Amino acid sequence: MTDILMPALSPTMEEGTLTKWHIKAGDTVKAGDVIAEIETDKATMEVEAVDEGEVAEILVAEGSENVKVNTPIARLAGEAGAAAPAQKAEAPRAEAAEPAAPAAPAAAPGPRVELRDPEIPADAKLVKTTIRDALRDAMAEEMRRDEKVFLIGEEVAQYQGAYKVSRELLQEFGDKRVVDTPITEHGFAGLGVGAAMAGLKPIVEFMTFNFAMQAIDHIINSAAKTLYMSGGQIRAGIVFRGPNGAASRVGAQHSQDYSAWYAQVPGLKVIAPYDAADAKGLMKAAIRDPNPVVFLEHEMMYGLEFDVPEGDYVLPIGKAKVRREGTDVTITAHSRMVGFALQAAEQLAGEGISCEVVDLRTLRPLDHETIVESVKKTSRLVSAEEGWGPMGVGAEVVARVIEHAFDYLDAPPLRVHQEDVPLPYAANLEALSLPGVDKIVKAVRAVMA
Amino acid sequence: MAKAPASKTTSKAAKIPNTPTASKEDLLRFYREMVLIRRFEERAGQLYGMGLIGGFCHLYIGQEAVAVGVQESVKQGHDKIITGYRDHGHMLCAGMDPKEVMAELTGRIGGSSKGKGGSMHMFDTATGFYGGHGIVGAQVALGTGLAFAGRYRGDDSVAFIYFGDGAANQGQVYESFNMAQLWKLPAIYIIENNQYAMGTSIERSSSTTQLSERGSSFGIPGEQVDGMDVLAVRDAVARAVKRAREGGGPFILEMKTYRYRGHSMSDPAKYRAKEEVDEVKKTRDPIDHVKMLLDQAGATEDDLKAIDAEIKTIVAEAVQFAQESPEPDPSELYTDVYVEASA
Repeated sequence: MTDILMPALSPTMEEGTLTKWHIKAGDTVKAGDVIAEIETDKATMEVEAVDEGEVAEILVAEGSENVKVNTPIARLAGEAGAAAPAQKAEAPRAEAAEPAAPAAPAAAPGPRVELRDPEIPADAKLVKTTIRDALRDAMAEEMRRDEKVFLIGEEVAQYQGAYKVSRELLQEFGDKRVVDTPITEHGFAGLGVGAAMAGLKPIVEFMTFNFAMQAIDHIINSAAKTLYMSGGQIRAGIVFRGPNGAASRVGAQHSQDYSAWYAQVPGLKVIAPYDAADAKGLMKAAIRDPNPVVFLEHEMMYGLEFDVPEGDYVLPIGKAKVRREGTDVTITAHSRMVGFALQAAEQLAGEGISCEVVDLRTLRPLDHETIVESVKKTSRLVSAEEGWGPMGVGAEVVARVIEHAFDYLDAPPLRVHQEDVPLPYAANLEALSLPGVDKIVKAVRAVMA
Repeated sequence: MAKAPASKTTSKAAKIPNTPTASKEDLLRFYREMVLIRRFEERAGQLYGMGLIGGFCHLYIGQEAVAVGVQESVKQGHDKIITGYRDHGHMLCAGMDPKEVMAELTGRIGGSSKGKGGSMHMFDTATGFYGGHGIVGAQVALGTGLAFAGRYRGDDSVAFIYFGDGAANQGQVYESFNMAQLWKLPAIYIIENNQYAMGTSIERSSSTTQLSERGSSFGIPGEQVDGMDVLAVRDAVARAVKRAREGGGPFILEMKTYRYRGHSMSDPAKYRAKEEVDEVKKTRDPIDHVKMLLDQAGATEDDLKAIDAEIKTIVAEAVQFAQESPEPDPSELYTDVYVEASA
């Protein structure tokens, strides 16, 4: 007997919906036959048989949702062979200098310990929403509100977004306002900035910010600097958005955190939200903002669900948020690292260490008042970011704290960040390279020592 | 190295049997605008030498017929114009105040960008002039976006997108061509082929030197035009613009022109012979060409003298303003970094 397993159809897929079987018990299949359709968080894909044989049994019924990767979904009678797809064997672990940080499960949301957001009205109805849908809703609402807003990028229209963030926007707004481009980042980013100068409000999606390096001249030289160079005459109100940072096992060229790059540039605003409410509220603010905004999303978080207030929820740009109050140490973080910081805080609470977690949310302008106020209370600082350490966001946070709260510090601040190497592909090295809960916990213990 | 085929020097426009004509009134206007650019640029060069203008300063002398001929098709305030760093001539043609342009060159508060942009970065939304861009080729993608905005709004505006033979080798130019033709954008690409990308001649930089054909793999038609002949420029642009306004999509116009001065003020001019420059000045000068046409049209020496005197005054006033206008107040350092969000 050969088990057919639920396949992983994308680097970040952990589960999916088995939408349709093309085979039934008693059928004979051969390699290459389409046997099923599976809907992932990104797309609906056909699955082909790898082995030959007679279908003995369908184990997971059509329509089943949340089927975990590697769950047996059908069984073939016939010669025993390699399971299809190959069973994931646990690779022998290379000896690591320190225990590899357990790659926190992507699908596990951070602990629900956050404070009530004062920006959320007490009577607001909260709706569980994925970050993906929160971003989509934000764009759709703003496109309904303002005819000048349009979305442009690779695969945003017919494909519905490489990460499904633009799902159903084409259907609602048509191809005039949801524009598929050729693979031409430099060109369409420049085109977007030109359209913004002419008074439109483009949302330029980069399939990932790794590809935006081809377009960075327009983001900085054309968008960020023009208001200044024109003495205030020419605006470039535009949103550059897309996933930023490391995904999973996609190698160095597809796994870079650009937070520090953009946050250095005057003229840009840079936003990197953690949860779905912030993703929505800040995306709407970004679209309404008359300046160029770089909006850094995280591929590993699109599928996570959080409470989002119903209605026209717009947040101020440039305000950090205290996600968890504490008295012993301040942890600053943004984007996905906030979840790790909250998990670390929870773990450290068990050791009697009280952590305050400050979610930066906006990197430019950086809300250093909130950071400094927190450090004045806790007297210790750990910064956490996914990108490289040198000249990074943490370096800036630490510098600001030293400038404004030096006398309050009881220990040298520490930075948690990616190891100073291009992100490796091998699972164990990748886990070693990326910062996670363990590294934050260690850093906190170190500043407390 | 194989020598590239000699480029055509005759324009298709010139081959049209009916020689283009213009009224005396039009010719006087062309003359006035071309002389304004030339005298303005000469004085700019002088102010640079005096240390009143800093940094880079790229003069347009020799290429005046291009901007002046193109402007005849521009619906001011409706169409959009964008160019690279050799931009003074385009700004004057677009209708910007010579005082503000000169004061920007001297870095004064009265400059069109309050002194914060400089020679390469001036803009004027009222006249539809969108810069003034210092990164070679960037204006092509930006200009394609201006055209995109016109089509998005559903008006019949077109975008006039100037770039040089040097920019014509930048990758984003072709990314832009592809999208412009794919979406039939009203983009008029005007390649000012002055034969030299900084100090590198087109033969040394381009595997094919017929730049009007650079859109052919995208299906964008092109035409080579004698860029020293203002009437040829005017007519070729008018045809391309009519087509674009009617939804026909982008068009490439290669203007064969020549710059008399160096790439910038610090150019040692070691890459071309003085005789080559003198020959163009003597035989193809765009202003001499208009003078000849004016003579045929019955304009008198006095007509031209009156214009010369008027221009002299305008440029002198611009120079005076550019020197008297104060430097920006230090408080301007932190203005215009962000637009304050409006309610």
